[in-house]
Amino acid sequence: MSRISREEVEHIARLAELEFSEEEKEKLAVQLNQILEHAGRISQLDIKDVPPTSHVLPLTNVFREDEPRPSLSLEEVLANAAEVLDNCFLVPQILEEG
Amino acid sequence: MDFEAVIGLETHIELSTVTKMFCGCSTVFGHPPNTQVCPVCLALPGSLPLINRKAVEYTIKVALALNCQIQSFCQFHRKNYFYPDLPKGYQISQYDLPLGRNGYLEINTEDGTRKVRIHRVHMEEDTGKLIHSGLTGRISEAQESAVDFNRCGVPLLEIVTEPDLRTPEEAKIFLSSLRNLLQYLEVSDCNMEEGSLRCDANISVRRGDMDELGTKTEVKNLNSFRFLSRALQYEIERQKKILAKGGVIRQETRHFDATTNRTTSLRSKEMAHDYRYFPEPDLVPLEISDQWVDEGRRSLPELPGAKRLRFMEGYGLPEYDAEALTSSRAMADFFEECAKRYHRPKIISNWLMGDFTSLLNATDTAVERSKVTPEHLTEMLKLIDEGVISGKIAKSVFEEMFNTGRMPREVVEEKGLTQIADEEELARLVAEVIAENEKATGDYREGKGSALGFLVGQVMKKTRGRANPELINRLLRERLGGS
Repeated sequence: MSRISREEVEHIARLAELEFSEEEKEKLAVQLNQILEHAGRISQLDIKDVPPTSHVLPLTNVFREDEPRPSLSLEEVLANAAEVLDNCFLVPQILEEG
Repeated sequence: MDFEAVIGLETHIELSTVTKMFCGCSTVFGHPPNTQVCPVCLALPGSLPLINRKAVEYTIKVALALNCQIQSFCQFHRKNYFYPDLPKGYQISQYDLPLGRNGYLEINTEDGTRKVRIHRVHMEEDTGKLIHSGLTGRISEAQESAVDFNRCGVPLLEIVTEPDLRTPEEAKIFLSSLRNLLQYLEVSDCNMEEGSLRCDANISVRRGDMDELGTKTEVKNLNSFRFLSRALQYEIERQKKILAKGGVIRQETRHFDATTNRTTSLRSKEMAHDYRYFPEPDLVPLEISDQWVDEGRRSLPELPGAKRLRFMEGYGLPEYDAEALTSSRAMADFFEECAKRYHRPKIISNWLMGDFTSLLNATDTAVERSKVTPEHLTEMLKLIDEGVISGKIAKSVFEEMFNTGRMPREVVEEKGLTQIADEEELARLVAEVIAENEKATGDYREGKGSALGFLVGQVMKKTRGRANPELINRLLRERLGGS
């Protein structure tokens, strides 16, 4: 079984927009490997007669009709916003180019 | 060296459902920011998505109209990435089990009909809108963006072609045929200005004698037909130049800037995409039964290709006319309404392709918003047939109707445009013209037939176009004693 390297921890952290200290990275690498090892035990099972399953409930086709329901009030929508401008959420600028 | 461009398009279409893909918020465009937003849109803890049945039905229709295989078992996946326009931190999309795949769309190019293969058709949700500047003076300078989540969660269809297109012109034809098809299906208004039809392109260039594809770039922001061809032209030239110099194309995402007409590299997105797709645990899978597919098939309207053929066979129209009239459903419907009321389809077609289309274009008006209705046009055509107005006068009557929406008879009477059918009055004018044009009358008497046309023109001028040319013709001949 391949092991999670420090570089992979850094890559995953970047994707999740998280920052870790060197110490934490070491610790996470160990923990992630433990999780993988644990999950890896499943691959020892004989599952050739088990169909791939993504959902445990025996349900399909749960729908709603295309009928409008009231939205939240502006006050409620913006209640958790760190900063508001002209009824919009204000976030740090994301550069589109450059 | 001869280079050939290879182009594939990825289009995103907002479906015209009343509510969003996974919640009951309205999808109406243009409302004040954050007024169509609920806990699902905002990804508040504990909120759960629920699939809009109509969005699935619309997607089935589109997949069928694009000749796709329908996936009987399909499900949604999470596409994970962080961006402020998506509060969940992932977009609910489809991955290895899209609703439709392996289809095609036939397009009519100058070289005939071509099949453009459709790789896949899948459902997903739109993201919120980031406003980078122009909102207030403050934001243009600040290191901040404003986010409006009204669009977040609007049902979005992704349609991806195989790399079957070869020129910017073909890409344009494909996009316009696709838009026409979607409008026929009434699943989206495909308004590019409002962003309900958006387009990205994958482009590579290869030497004419090579089989394998070159390295491709992805160009984003091609959100009008004009941008699409300009961006493709620029990008093809850019790649050709690099290859001609022996250089290497870098695989990357590029952004089209309409003000400079150039594409530029989007370095910020260079980090390899790593979306960590996994099945959406909050949504159970879809089973699309044969019965459901059959219902979808039965609900399909007559599609552009079939309509074109019927217009040629049923109304005896030339292919060119049939193509032009069916290039929008609204125009095709307009034509058929006219054809119910007036018996000469080709005459109707001429007016629709000619005066009507130029006035629509000049005033940037959609057919369905035109003040001229089929009743207006056909009543006017009858006035021409009855000899009340001349074909020439009809042009100004038509323009007046187009501008005011008044009925032709009203326009004709008010403006005194009725043809002068009074033979005595015309005879008097004919006599005047003969007296004033000795040379032309002489020419005619000496056998120069073409002089007659000139004299007819002179009489028409005196009546400001209101005379029946055949009648003038006859009167002139009688007076001049010609054959």
